[in-house]
Amino acid sequence: MNLDLTEEQEMLRRTARDFLAKEFPKTLVREMEEDPIGFRADIWKKMAELGWMGLIIPEEYDGSMGSFMDLLVLLEEMGRACLVSPFFSTAICTFPILDSGSEEQKRGFLPRIAAGEEILALALTEPAATYAAAGITTKAREDKKGCLINGTKLFVHDAQTAQHFLCIARTNFWSPPEEGITLFLVDAKSHGIRITPLPTIADDKQSEVLFDDVVVPGENMLGRLNGGWPVVRRLLERASVAKCAEMIGGTDWTVENCVAYAKERVQFGKPIGSFGIIQHYLAEMWTELGHARGLVYYAGWLLDQGFPCAREVAMAKARMSEVYRHCTRMGVQIFGGIGTTREHDMGLYYRRARQVLSLFGSPDFWREKVALEMRL
Amino acid sequence: MDFKFTPEQEALREESTEFCGEEAKRAPEGWIGGLAAEETDEGWAYHRSVVEKVAAKGWLCLPWPEEYGGQGHGPIEQLIFNEVTAYYRVPAIPMHFMTVAAGILMYGTEGQKKEWLPKMARAEINWAEGLSEPNAGSDLAALTTTAVADGDDYVINGQKVWTSGAHRADHIFILARTDPNLPRHRGLTFFINRIGPGIEFRPLIFMNRSHLYNETFIDDFRVSRRNIIGKLNQGWYVMMAGRNFARANVSVAAGGKRDLEDLIKYCKQTQEGGEFLAKKPLIRQRLADFAIDYEAALKFAYYVCWLQSKGKDVAAEAAACGYYANELNLRLANTAMEIMGLYGTLKGGSKWAPLYGKFQDLSQWSSGFTIAGGTTEIRKNVIAWTGLGLPRD
Repeated sequence: MNLDLTEEQEMLRRTARDFLAKEFPKTLVREMEEDPIGFRADIWKKMAELGWMGLIIPEEYDGSMGSFMDLLVLLEEMGRACLVSPFFSTAICTFPILDSGSEEQKRGFLPRIAAGEEILALALTEPAATYAAAGITTKAREDKKGCLINGTKLFVHDAQTAQHFLCIARTNFWSPPEEGITLFLVDAKSHGIRITPLPTIADDKQSEVLFDDVVVPGENMLGRLNGGWPVVRRLLERASVAKCAEMIGGTDWTVENCVAYAKERVQFGKPIGSFGIIQHYLAEMWTELGHARGLVYYAGWLLDQGFPCAREVAMAKARMSEVYRHCTRMGVQIFGGIGTTREHDMGLYYRRARQVLSLFGSPDFWREKVALEMRL
Repeated sequence: MDFKFTPEQEALREESTEFCGEEAKRAPEGWIGGLAAEETDEGWAYHRSVVEKVAAKGWLCLPWPEEYGGQGHGPIEQLIFNEVTAYYRVPAIPMHFMTVAAGILMYGTEGQKKEWLPKMARAEINWAEGLSEPNAGSDLAALTTTAVADGDDYVINGQKVWTSGAHRADHIFILARTDPNLPRHRGLTFFINRIGPGIEFRPLIFMNRSHLYNETFIDDFRVSRRNIIGKLNQGWYVMMAGRNFARANVSVAAGGKRDLEDLIKYCKQTQEGGEFLAKKPLIRQRLADFAIDYEAALKFAYYVCWLQSKGKDVAAEAAACGYYANELNLRLANTAMEIMGLYGTLKGGSKWAPLYGKFQDLSQWSSGFTIAGGTTEIRKNVIAWTGLGLPRD
């Protein structure tokens, strides 16, 4: 057992924290919230130069062959900084290319992703808003020119900045829901794609994406025809744990800043941090974070090792989402009136915690998965 | 980061799992583990028979240096052993054993080590704990029991409370004030001795009618100077050595996890309105949530143990580990009773009582553990003060 980060991971963490503090201050976070694109090309370029886009990509495709744990370390810092960027979307869409892309697809996409020239967006959820295979009705059928995709995708992050969508479509309506799913890499500029932004509580960049007779060349099918669901399931596992890493960062920021504030904010002639009730709130927040962090790291480690981890992933996402929500709620309480304002940073995290609660499955959804894994 | 254990550690887990699996089969009917060892004659006999086997295997002294009969293992091996024994509810290590052993190992003289450790390794001594007093609970340093020098002896007078295990014990350790003029923590001395004239125990019956705690009246109890562990007036640190020994108290979570498994089994086998409890969405959600909680508690205990194995100060982490798991067990017991409805309130004597009335029993016991050894509130204070650096007043 060794529960320390490696030296390289510690270095990555330090670099990321310094970089984001300098390049992505909260003023910029707010600016990006108002910005319809929510993305700054110059900062993206610098992130690529630091090797972040290529972190999980093998060396032969210009990446640095990092592990999933490395990615978690980086995402934790991004969550801590409230970074607004299409990094997460691109990273999670990279995994299916690594897993099931052809050599040609890998050569076509991976070096461009590593260089920061290719942004991907996951077009998975639909109006049914579920993460079950049965919720996918977007239809792809063979056509003279390749495939023809029709359907509505909802809650698509970073649709406006993406060069390609990883579109999860149904290619067989007669088989069980899990057996008729196929993945496509769809050029975002294709004729027939219509993007409508969705305003959300976190002001993150989500959209409805309409696919209206969109033509996809045959070579852009990813993996086997009708064999896409296991790939999606693995993607969801990784995406959920990756989101947990961001949440750890956000919760960590919350606890740290609440502690600092409690030490300096004076009421009734004393710092509020000297009051037992505030001490206990903070001790509880710190304890909850510590416990949830163990679940997330463990799930991440299992994913990295390629061990089965459906139960542990479910546990991590269910718990971390609730801990983030609870800690940000207490955070606003501790900061008092000012914590409820648009100008205070606490609200940024408060809103994000509520945004990610349901992303990739709500706590109820994941708890039911745990129950199934326990054969209840 | 690597959650894997070494092959040797895995072997210890496997071997102790096999051992405990066998020993658990011999447990008395309705056995709930842990404290039950001291409660009944039957439980005590079972406990003694297991402890002797554990001692023979050398598992009683895993972390002791080899020269004193130990195996020189670290906190992680101890964690593994504690986790396995707690999960199987096998009473493998006698009460207070580690407290005294750690104190002697760290602060005892060579002569004391030679005198006491072999006897302890053979599990020949059963300890009673003489720490708390009626007016010194969470504020232990306020204790007023005195020890006054008289020739080669010290004469001890005062009253202790929550003297756990005393009615099964043959020896006692006592923290007593030897210098009232020194600051509170520093005028205390740690004595160990065979129980004898001058010590009187009176049962302090727990709310579930079981007998674990006692009040102890100390009246001119004589202890030789030779039996002071550590220096005069430095007893606080000797006591802390024992408290610090296994900071990652994995047993609490591991035992609770087993209780949860019992509850799950019950929910899978019990119908209500023609439907198995385990198929009801609300119950599934609750059970899953507890499963997550226990997994989190175990992982956190590993983390504390890991920090400890690196020699880190883990006061705040250990406090978090302790209060989280104890509160969790209490919540589980009460939720289990709620799920069982009226049946949940039945005690072990009834043929209608599910699982021998175990959860109503645990609901009472667990509320003792959010108090004993540091209340939830004190533990949160420790986190706030030492972990988060918040002002003490």
